[in-house]
Amino acid sequence: MSTRYFVPRDATARAVGADAVAAALASGVAEHNHAEIVRNGSRGAFWLEPLLEIEQDGKRVGFGPLCADDVPAILALEAHEYATHDRYLGPLEQHPWFAAQQRVTFMRAGLDDPLCLESYLARHGFEGLEHAVHLSPGDIVDEVTRSGLRGRGGAAFPTGVKWRTVLEAEAGQKYIVCNADEGDSGTFADRLLMESDPYQLIEGMAIAGVAVGADRGYIYLRSEYPDAWQVMHTAIAKAEAAGYLGQDICDSGRAFHLELRLGAGAYICGEETALLDSLEGKRGVVRAKPPLPAHQGLFGQPTVVNNVLTLAAVASIMADGAEAYAGLGSGRSRGTLTLQLAGNVRHGGLVEVPYGCTLREVLDTFAGGTRSGRPMRAIQVGGPLGAYLPESLWDTPLDYEAFAAAGGMLGHGGVVVFDDTVDMAAQARFAMAFCAAESCGKCTPCRVGSVRGVEVLDRIIAREEGARNLALLEDLCDTMTSASLCAMGGLTPNPVRSAIAHFPEDFQ
Amino acid sequence: MVQYYEPQRDYGTPAASGGEAVALQIDGIDIEVPAGTSVMRAAALAGVKVPKLCASDSLEAFGSCRVCLVEIAGRRGYPASCTTPVEPGMQVQTQTPALAKLRRGVMELYISDHPLDCLTCPTNGDCELQDTAGEVGLRAVRYGFAGANHLEAEKDQSNPYFTFDPAKCIVCSRCVRACEEVQGTFALTIEGRGFDSRVSVGATDFLGSDCVSCGACVNACPTATLTENSIIEQGIPEHTAITTCAYCGVGCGFRAELRGNTVVRMTPWKDGRANEGHACVKGRFAFGYATHPDRITTPMVRDSIEQPWREVSWDEALQFAARRFREIQERHGRNSIGAISSSRCTNEEVYLVQKLVRAGFGNNNIDTCARVCHSPTGFGLKTTLGESAGTQAFTSVDSADVIMVIGANPTEAHPVFGSRLKRRLREGARLIVIDPREIELVDAPHIRADYHLPVNPGANVAVLNAMAHVIATEALHDAGFIAQRCDRESFASWLEFVSAEHNAPEALAAATGVDPESLRAAARLYASGGNAAIYYGLGVTEHSQGSTAVMAIANLAMLTGNIGREGVGVNPMRGQNNVQGSCDMGSFPHELPGYRHLSDAATRGQFEAAWQVQLDPEPGMRIPNMFDAALDGQFRGLYCQGEDVAQSDPNTQHIEAALSALECLVVQDIFLNETAKFAHVFLPGASFLEKDGTFTNAERRISRVRKVMPPLSGKADWEVTQAFAAALGCDMDYAHPSQIMDEIASLTPTFSGVSYALLDEKGSLQWPCNESAPEGTPTMHRDEFVRGKGYFAITDFVATDERANRRFPLLLTTGRILSQYNVGAQTRRTDNSAWHSEDTLEIHPHDAQERGVSEGDWVGIQSRVGNTVLRATLTTRVKPGVVYTTFHHPVSGANVVTTDNSDWATNCPEYKVTAVQVSRVSAPSAWQARQQQFDRKQRDLLERARTDA
Ligand SMILES: Cc1cc2nc3c(=O)[nH]c(=O)nc-3n(C[C@H](O)[C@H](O)[C@H](O)COP(=O)(O)O)c2cc1C
Ligand code: SF4
Ligand code: SF4
Ligand code: SF4
Ligand code: SF4
Ligand code: FES
Repeated sequence: MSTRYFVPRDATARAVGADAVAAALASGVAEHNHAEIVRNGSRGAFWLEPLLEIEQDGKRVGFGPLCADDVPAILALEAHEYATHDRYLGPLEQHPWFAAQQRVTFMRAGLDDPLCLESYLARHGFEGLEHAVHLSPGDIVDEVTRSGLRGRGGAAFPTGVKWRTVLEAEAGQKYIVCNADEGDSGTFADRLLMESDPYQLIEGMAIAGVAVGADRGYIYLRSEYPDAWQVMHTAIAKAEAAGYLGQDICDSGRAFHLELRLGAGAYICGEETALLDSLEGKRGVVRAKPPLPAHQGLFGQPTVVNNVLTLAAVASIMADGAEAYAGLGSGRSRGTLTLQLAGNVRHGGLVEVPYGCTLREVLDTFAGGTRSGRPMRAIQVGGPLGAYLPESLWDTPLDYEAFAAAGGMLGHGGVVVFDDTVDMAAQARFAMAFCAAESCGKCTPCRVGSVRGVEVLDRIIAREEGARNLALLEDLCDTMTSASLCAMGGLTPNPVRSAIAHFPEDFQ
Repeated sequence: MVQYYEPQRDYGTPAASGGEAVALQIDGIDIEVPAGTSVMRAAALAGVKVPKLCASDSLEAFGSCRVCLVEIAGRRGYPASCTTPVEPGMQVQTQTPALAKLRRGVMELYISDHPLDCLTCPTNGDCELQDTAGEVGLRAVRYGFAGANHLEAEKDQSNPYFTFDPAKCIVCSRCVRACEEVQGTFALTIEGRGFDSRVSVGATDFLGSDCVSCGACVNACPTATLTENSIIEQGIPEHTAITTCAYCGVGCGFRAELRGNTVVRMTPWKDGRANEGHACVKGRFAFGYATHPDRITTPMVRDSIEQPWREVSWDEALQFAARRFREIQERHGRNSIGAISSSRCTNEEVYLVQKLVRAGFGNNNIDTCARVCHSPTGFGLKTTLGESAGTQAFTSVDSADVIMVIGANPTEAHPVFGSRLKRRLREGARLIVIDPREIELVDAPHIRADYHLPVNPGANVAVLNAMAHVIATEALHDAGFIAQRCDRESFASWLEFVSAEHNAPEALAAATGVDPESLRAAARLYASGGNAAIYYGLGVTEHSQGSTAVMAIANLAMLTGNIGREGVGVNPMRGQNNVQGSCDMGSFPHELPGYRHLSDAATRGQFEAAWQVQLDPEPGMRIPNMFDAALDGQFRGLYCQGEDVAQSDPNTQHIEAALSALECLVVQDIFLNETAKFAHVFLPGASFLEKDGTFTNAERRISRVRKVMPPLSGKADWEVTQAFAAALGCDMDYAHPSQIMDEIASLTPTFSGVSYALLDEKGSLQWPCNESAPEGTPTMHRDEFVRGKGYFAITDFVATDERANRRFPLLLTTGRILSQYNVGAQTRRTDNSAWHSEDTLEIHPHDAQERGVSEGDWVGIQSRVGNTVLRATLTTRVKPGVVYTTFHHPVSGANVVTTDNSDWATNCPEYKVTAVQVSRVSAPSAWQARQQQFDRKQRDLLERARTDA
């Protein structure tokens, strides 16, 4: 009778001591026979990491968060005594934090060794691809269109429409590029997916290749993700060896070659055209559109650029059908939304829910209040370019249109919580400073505007000619919003303006 | 025609190439433009001005400045007009209150990081930033000027012609893009991110960088950041005139920009069809020689070259010369005098010199410096195709799929065409380079030759035959084209010849030095890669088999049907500005204008009727014959206009002896050149800025040269020739060069439609321009060859006598460099010497090591005729066994070494192959010592003329 122990190998888990737990486990179980330690991916409940799961007789229960010192005591317990341990969590599927979620894209996350191909196959892996290779390209694109999938990188552009454009473009060479630059503060969903379920991304990209007629793909990976690099690198090699990548995928006669590329370490390289420049070996600078990447992308060829989560979602859409995916969600936002709770919260981590529930519901269900214990005051949704929402807007349903109507955006699903000690003028200044630090420098409103924005906010914070400078800031925000070349400069006024509009007291 | 200065018109984005017409409305104005046109350009065409800073119609749209925003009905936001293509039915507003506010907002940001010194700025009055601030109505900068800025950034003044003042930079990237897209050098980048983004030339300054000083970035810069030093020193111009560059055979159109009679700037003319707004360091910047103190502006005479010069009046000088010429003829016969005309002079001047010889001297002893460069082109192309000229316009390369460059180095010698070629290569055209040396094109930024065949100097014909062999024996030829367009018999015998085993690449490998497999692959690419175009230069013509090689090139083009349409053809890269024109104008001893043989009585009759004289039907002497005859004492008087034979012709010591033997040498030039040091009469010449006329470039394009300042000597060259003729009793009566052109047109069928009026109207014309082609002929031989059926000449490879042997184991070949021009008389008198202050000998490290030579050592170069001394440069650009030098400096004496071998058909000297030995030495050669001594003496004799006067 064998026992399997699961300790995540995920970067966040390791950052809080998972390796030490695993080491303690290794020396502890050495005496037991039939024991196996699996370094699985993380399930995304970072507040429970390091998490230890023990599987015996087909029953799997968790303990967490742990430190290495806790391990001997747990190992000393008999199965029927587990529940007595104060870190005992029970079967995690039944834990309220997971039970309240609807996992689709992250269905497999944290269950197995992410590089174990057999485990992936056992959990319906590569079914989507096997299905897709028997369809015509146009039918795959139709299926994706019917699923209602929209880009998860931030702009929420309908994926089917993008693919259709590339499919119809005439060219000898087309490309699939996965945007894995994940630069938004407080986000980690892409990384979690790559570290805990890499084959799903590979599968999604191969489907995209088959769908639009691209035989070459690139993953542009954020340079600060060395663990994800390791996992993806190995996964690509294994998938290739198993015939899911390469010259003849799934015996279909179609080719798809996938390469992993390391990003340039700049936020702006997450913007798709700057990313393409960077992939081409140039300095990452935003290109004017048109031409769209779908017409002239990488090396001037038609290119699909999609976020990690978008491509991963395609795998389940092709496996389970467009209808299953489209059946979730609300309005024009179909499927599930991956929120990443961060900032001043007790229960930080990845939460996957259907579109349509409200922000407050999510916070109430999952956040567990602030870590500081003080009341929440402002929540920034959608990354550093997202608006700061006051409590009065927390009942807004989490869907793209409803959020836009409330002056916010969902972006890549980052949720950063601030308590009542936050100084919103400082936050507004930070938004401008972030833009100044990350601007590619191509267009004037952003290149010069962000620097002037910091200077004007400094004067506002120093209470110099407040009214005059607020008016100037308002004009500057106008200029940046309407005249910037890309969303970096164009959206920077979001956090600034929302801070002023909803927290005017901090500016007086 | 005076034109007050204003910047050249700019439509914001390049023209779209011929899509369907799209109708749209801009500010209520209906306009139709080709699909692919930007909204900005459409607006400009509709007469609507949209502000812009980062856009220029010579660059791809970029979208960075954001002042060109517009509103489009049915679209969200404010799209940039430069990056938005037109769509049918679009309704565009360019002026709304919202746009006004946005544009002002952007300008306010710009100016918050810009010095407020407009009144003392060199481009005050000629600055797009200033103009745009005015256009958008900027009235205040509410940010103040205390914030972060770049006002302290340091100037880069390393380039002698322009200054980079980054404090004024608005980071629009126009310079960077110009360097990439227009010039193709990639010397500039933007470094840093965000507010720290700055234009950078890499690690060093401009002079130390890859920059070739073409000036494209300076042109493109909308601010004073990149500004010509002449503008900084003298201010912006007040009037302009359109003219043509007098350096190389590209023939770039320029706007001479002036203050009074002073040229303050030469800007490449955007409507110049040869250059379309681009230029190189020579034409763009190196015009200062025209007013250099070395210019000689007073006629001078002397009885012997041992005497000091005497400055005299025009009249006295011309009478002196005429009297001597007549005396010589009386004593030694009509044929004892002659003239050499110059490819540097205008068509009209060259025409007059040959007229003077034929009508005034009464013989045909007229030759031109084209003898020493492209005479084989004339012979070879006339024989095979029927016309002594290249077949295409420069723009043709834009539709070439395979480009073969042989014996030419366009990026150095024809830089503006080189940039166009590079652009086509970056677009994906394939490239074959046949050259002993690894020229820049073989491996340049974003360019790599598919095949570089490093042929042994002297073996071009073998390589070309081997290529033809591969194409013919692998049946890659265009049988349909040959059957329809070419002469059946000549093809049949040529086919038999070329298919023979001795022409196989393997059989010729020892002679060519080229790997047979690469040669085969290159031949296959040329034959089957789509439109294939050949560009060749002096590396083809200046050989004992120069004419053969030209014919072999024409054979290849006919064999593969690559002639008679855009994107293909046979293209000689002409060396000097007016090589084509000087040949067209009847400067050869056997040909009247338009390449018509003297023996043709009908043609001769026409000229006799027009000139009212009897013409001698016997061809006269070629240049080498003149020199040989001078040494024999049969040839005693020479009128040499604008040509420095003492420096540019091969076997210098032989030439010097011949010149010293002359009784009367009349030299007309702007400087006391090497030849003038042997002269008895010096007639001051005029630079291209001082006269009216026309030049004809390598694509047969006739362009106007316009007088922008009065001749320093009081006379333009055509006036001098006319006055000389008069002194000889041969009356010519032209009031203006346009009348000379009218005479040329009336006597030359290929020019019959050309007139100054039509040139003014069209800007330029490519001959033939006549009744059947009233607007000229960009592509020749379209439906049939000029000679009727294309002729395949047999091109047997005969190795040159100049072979490497035990005594002279290396092969010397020569070439030129971008910043200097030929003998350097002009460019050495400008700041261009900042780049190339001496000629050096390029030698492979392996050969250098064998001889104990290291970088920078003095080396002696010994051939069977002479020796000279240069410094060594060790480089792998040349292969072992080959050495290379340029010939821009008289003291280098490259031609002391070159032999009097020459082309079998035309006597074009074999400059490109000389067997030499190279060894380390410690002192200049004996010739160099003598040359320097002689040079000092002659300068001294000149000085005495000046102080005596
Ligand atoms: C400043 C900026 C940063 C961005 N960063 C990312 C990023 O890190 N990851 C990402 O997927 N998309 C990012 N995007 C969005 C991409 O430009 C692009 O919309 C996305 O990759 C398209 O994929 P999707 O349709 O699957 O969302 C960014 C956009 C901007 C303007
Ligand atoms: S808005 Fe900023 S990041 Fe975007 S193109 Fe302009 S300068 Fe670059
Ligand atoms: S002068 Fe020409 S080569 Fe030099 S940086 Fe400017 S564009 Fe480039
Ligand atoms: S130097 Fe001139 S052209 Fe170049 S970025 Fe600055 S302002 Fe623009
Ligand atoms: S030298 Fe040649 S390329 Fe340069 S500007 Fe003059 S004509 Fe043009
Ligand atoms: S001119 Fe259009 S953005 Fe600069």
